Amino acid sequence: MKLSVEGVQKHGALAVLALVTLVGLLAFPGFRTVDNAGTLLVNAAPLGLIALGMTFVILTGGIDLSVGSVFVLGGVVAAWASQYGFVAALVVPLLVGAAVGLVNGVLVARTNMAPFIVTLATLLGARGLMRAVSTEGSTTYLVESQPFKTLGNGDLLGVKWPVWIAAVLFVAGSVVLNRTGFGQAVYAVGGNTDAARLMGVPVAATQIRVYALSGLLAGFAGALNAARLGSGVTVLGIGTELDAIAAVVIGGTLLTGGAGALSGTIAGVLLLGVIQNLINQVGDVPTAYQQVVSGAFLAVVVVAQTSLTRLRSVAPV
Amino acid sequence: MLEAIDVSKTFPGVRALDSVSLSVRPGEVHALVGENGAGKSTLIKVLTGVYRPDAGELRLAGERVRFATPQEAQRAGISTIYQEVNLVPLMSVARNLFLGREPRRRGLIDTVTMNRVAAETLRGYGITGDVRRPLGQLALGAQQMVALARAVMVDARVVIMDEPTSSLEPREVETLFGVIDDLRGKGIGIVYVSHRLDELYRICDHVTVLRDGRRVHSGPMQELPRLKLVALMIGRDVETVRSEGVTGFSEESQVADSTPVLKATGLRSRHKLHGVDVAVRPGEVVGLGGLLGAGRTETVRAIAGALPLDEGTVEVAGRPVRGSTGAAVKAGIAALPEDRKAEGIVPGLSVRENIALAVLPRMSRAGIVSEKRIDEIVTRFMERLRIKAAGPDQPVGELSGGNQQKVLLARLLATSPKVLLLDEPTRGIDVGAKAEVQSLVDELAGQGLGVVLVSSDAEELVEGADRVVVLRDGTVVAELTGDAVTADGLLGAIAAAAEKEVEK
Amino acid sequence: MTAATVEKPKRLTVHWGRWLPAYGVYVALAALVLVNAVITDNFLAWENLRIQLVQVAPVVIVALGMAVVIGTEGVDLSVGAVMALAAAVVPIYLGYGAVPAVAMALLGGVVVGLVNGGLIAGVGLQPIVATLALLVAGRGIALVISDGKLKEIRNADLVAFGNGELLGLPYSVWLAGALTVLVALLVRKTVFGRQLVAVGGNRPAAQLAGLPVRRVLIGVYVLSAVLASIAGVLAVARIQSSDASQVGQLYELSAITAVVVGGTPLTGGKVRVLGTVAGALLMQLVVATLIKHDLRSSIAEMVQAVIIVAAVYAARERGTR
Repeated sequence: MKLSVEGVQKHGALAVLALVTLVGLLAFPGFRTVDNAGTLLVNAAPLGLIALGMTFVILTGGIDLSVGSVFVLGGVVAAWASQYGFVAALVVPLLVGAAVGLVNGVLVARTNMAPFIVTLATLLGARGLMRAVSTEGSTTYLVESQPFKTLGNGDLLGVKWPVWIAAVLFVAGSVVLNRTGFGQAVYAVGGNTDAARLMGVPVAATQIRVYALSGLLAGFAGALNAARLGSGVTVLGIGTELDAIAAVVIGGTLLTGGAGALSGTIAGVLLLGVIQNLINQVGDVPTAYQQVVSGAFLAVVVVAQTSLTRLRSVAPV
Repeated sequence: MLEAIDVSKTFPGVRALDSVSLSVRPGEVHALVGENGAGKSTLIKVLTGVYRPDAGELRLAGERVRFATPQEAQRAGISTIYQEVNLVPLMSVARNLFLGREPRRRGLIDTVTMNRVAAETLRGYGITGDVRRPLGQLALGAQQMVALARAVMVDARVVIMDEPTSSLEPREVETLFGVIDDLRGKGIGIVYVSHRLDELYRICDHVTVLRDGRRVHSGPMQELPRLKLVALMIGRDVETVRSEGVTGFSEESQVADSTPVLKATGLRSRHKLHGVDVAVRPGEVVGLGGLLGAGRTETVRAIAGALPLDEGTVEVAGRPVRGSTGAAVKAGIAALPEDRKAEGIVPGLSVRENIALAVLPRMSRAGIVSEKRIDEIVTRFMERLRIKAAGPDQPVGELSGGNQQKVLLARLLATSPKVLLLDEPTRGIDVGAKAEVQSLVDELAGQGLGVVLVSSDAEELVEGADRVVVLRDGTVVAELTGDAVTADGLLGAIAAAAEKEVEK
Repeated sequence: MTAATVEKPKRLTVHWGRWLPAYGVYVALAALVLVNAVITDNFLAWENLRIQLVQVAPVVIVALGMAVVIGTEGVDLSVGAVMALAAAVVPIYLGYGAVPAVAMALLGGVVVGLVNGGLIAGVGLQPIVATLALLVAGRGIALVISDGKLKEIRNADLVAFGNGELLGLPYSVWLAGALTVLVALLVRKTVFGRQLVAVGGNRPAAQLAGLPVRRVLIGVYVLSAVLASIAGVLAVARIQSSDASQVGQLYELSAITAVVVGGTPLTGGKVRVLGTVAGALLMQLVVATLIKHDLRSSIAEMVQAVIIVAAVYAARERGTR
């Protein structure tokens, strides 16, 4: 009983992913090509990076709604900065993203405001900033730096760079969560903030770091996206925060914080990617169905999570 | 070892500590006692670096120290365990034990060593089993032991224990006392905060009494008679305490052989209740006795419709009540929760709104509330219960504990209940309000209400109740009636039940 | 669990600490109007005020529902999607006339509200999560229903509803005003209103006192979704076309902003209906002022962000979350 409950929590997304992938492989010839798999992965990479940061934030019991805006902002400033070379194109979006994240983190940690409202405000602020940079969204900067374009489109052993980057960062993230003091602090803050404080965990510093990390990764995801597309697109990416949250939650991380793992987040990201891909395979189905499906998935997963958690809680409240 | 000298701490409007001194010697168990609001918590927080004192200084081993954060205090060798288990339930036992000082290997946490050392350490505290499972899966007492192990592990020089036994079983209390003896032998100073006088006299060497933010006494534990200690804590002379001791609930019972107003039969709820029967006749006060976790609160909650039942029925005046709080209130059951802040008051709302909360549908026509009728009942109950507030519109959160409790009682009485369920009605309220609440309960029973009383204070229970139902592990194990309703009788029944348990 | 740290001595209430969140929005609004009267040409001209009112009306309607939801310590992120859903439903049933079409749109709102309320009150999900699911799925459904195409609205009744006037003010403004009065009465005078603030103030206590907590919560989310549907219909009627991908975009943000700026705490237990209206007006005028003075709308967005943070900061409570 106990085993199955925890198993479902931890590996449910993976099981569904396997199932959906299997169905896709059997039913759609277009799905089971190597090209398609590559496209799927490279499409999923930016969302993966954003969801990686979001996992840290949600593990501390917070939420970051600003990442969609920061993602777009990161893409725009990366394309703009690419005129000054590869390093600028990479570093500027990272700095901008981290700066927005830092604002989030400081406001959440130091003023005791609810994370969702703080990051809702910075969603607006970052969007304003993006439109200010792009003359109200009318200027689309083209990526000038060839090496930077290669970062988005080149490959190693047949796998595109963004996929490698996402994979490496996920492994690094896992090590950080499980094997460093910062990782322990993340779980402790999300599991019981007051206890963490009394046990000497630097609560505020941990919160500031996770939001900064989330902003940084969202900015990086934007940069990679710009590198791949060759321009800083101003219209895409609105609502990406929702996909990221959906992926994290589907991956089994508790929205209340304190429990979850990056392996689940990967499964969640890939699951959303596969569903999108399959809807495209079907052809004449409106892409809006993807939203319907991921919304429904989100609901099903959190309902299941809540019910399972309730089943498991044996001790009287 | 650890000294606080003339420490003061003021919060806006409250002088929480006024030139308080405390001196803990190595190998000494130092009792820190006082009523709620006496300043114990504030003093502990000053000692552990949560608060910084406005005036005065701390000395550790003779040297002046300042702690900006709890970490600094911890690093200096001051560890604390709190009343509630302050660990992270979702993290593993081992990770909780080592949080913040995990063993490292090449910069990364060495989980293998961590789990091995954790298992070895915890065995000394009577905890066996997989240290990798989430802490939340341990029993509450075991969690407290983990907290203690954690506190001691950091080469502690002083350990501060804030009500450490409040959630422990007697056996676990013994383990704790064993650990305390060990610590004493190692020359570690211990500050021990508890309301349980027996414990204080058993293990403490020295006592400091606080009242209203001031130190009113400090001296060897054994030289201070119990009555004097109580008198110091509540700030009255010994004679007053003696006379108030006998006020409490009056003992008369006028129970006629009438039909029960409340009849609960075969209450079962997974892991909590395994078939509890309780019947209360009009005018009768039935006490629920037993140790913590015996199912007293759960029984009350089940009757009130707040605990889902797998089996069992609740009847009020012969009519079955469907299992929801709404149905229970409608049927005439009014429940005073154990945790006043969490489940009782709505702190942001006014006294008026809080009193009227449960009777709104009755105070309305076609969904529109009648302010006039609400004013009537609010005025009536504020006078009757002598609720001290700036006015009916003052937010309840600003009142004292005793007055909050009275507001809750007013809310219950406004529903004109047939049955009152009182879970720890006098916990955390001052002596004056306590006596008022106790006499009110008596008066209400006199008017024909059926009352179920839960109290962990044995004296209060036997003085207040006409009959005591003793629970253990969610079942009724004994019932005391008539002359058997005494503190000794109650303890005897609990002990007998415990022995039976062992025989099984 | 948190008693060890929460148990702080009671703070003497600093006078302005309570006053600012409650009445700050009115002061700010008055100050902004005064400043504008001086520095902005034609600001007090009837035509300008009329435009501002017309633009703010749908935000007010959505924000009223949001205020009530936030009063129960919840939040409804799905309102924008519900507006889109209503906008998508209207053209489908317009063949039967304006009234059935509007009725179907409102019914759609009721259904979404029931789902939200059911997930929150029945299953016990956090409001953010439950309504997030509907936010994602709702607009998707709206797009699927409308085939992702823009549809023109030619129904005379509906167009009249969106653009007609009474005593010099458009119907939409009257409607927003009437709904404000209704919601204010609902909150202050009815059993439901009293119960909902108690549920927001302390849910376990409300439960134990026998209040129909689930019914109250479901009712609150249905109310919010229905008000959002009304705003969606209004938007369609005014611009005389239905575009499910555009209608209600980021309205959840505007509505939450209006509520928060209006002084309703996110921690629940209090609903400021008039404050919410003032909050919506304030944000509307701030943007209008900036734009009138040739500041770009991107700057206006950043200013809004700062105002939100400032308002929440002023109203924040000293608890976690």
